Amino acid sequence: MAEIKVDCRGQNCPVPLVETRKALKKAAPGDVVEVTGDHPASRKEIPMAVKALGLELLEVEGEEGGEWRIRIKR
Amino acid sequence: MANQDKEMKEEGADKVTIIVHSGDLDKIYSALIIANGALAMGMEATFFFTFWGLQRLKKGGLEKGPLSKMNMLGLGRWMVLRRMRAAKVASLEKLLSDFKELDGKIIACEMTMEVMGIRKEDLRVDLIDEYGAVGTYVQEARGSAINLFI
Repeated sequence: MAEIKVDCRGQNCPVPLVETRKALKKAAPGDVVEVTGDHPASRKEIPMAVKALGLELLEVEGEEGGEWRIRIKR
Repeated sequence: MANQDKEMKEEGADKVTIIVHSGDLDKIYSALIIANGALAMGMEATFFFTFWGLQRLKKGGLEKGPLSKMNMLGLGRWMVLRRMRAAKVASLEKLLSDFKELDGKIIACEMTMEVMGIRKEDLRVDLIDEYGAVGTYVQEARGSAINLFI
């Protein structure tokens, strides 16, 4: 079970969403993908994508409007 | 790996199909952002490149389009690109490479190639999955939840 880190700080739409998907695609089942970023919309849209992909959202950390960290189980 | 991808995809088996008719810089951005968003959210995505849009698939042509409004002989375009860079908006090349990495499909319009005298060797054939006409588009579109003409 690997932990994959994706740093999307400073990136704009749609890069955080796309980088998350690319990391999940490369991950093996059971791996954890951790995405860090500060693009406001992605904070709520990455969890939407996780749900649509049928994966498990482990944690969303950080205040709205600031830096956030999202953990997803593949 | 391929099986896992298939499993993930089947969760949301729906698809977005976009006719890329315009070759304008801002509209190519719209098409790629929507398609990449759809791919990221587990949908499939297909582009049908036709007319002015197909010009952007020529070698070295992707970033060459004018702005759809207020191009002002390229001045508006230059200003918008500068502001996009300041806002850290990804380049069209990066968006297109992500589109292919997430298995997006590209169809090139054969009639446009004929009418505009574009040969296969003028195009970035490595990106193109299929060459076709309206029937190919309809087959893609009929199975798509989202259909857009840009």
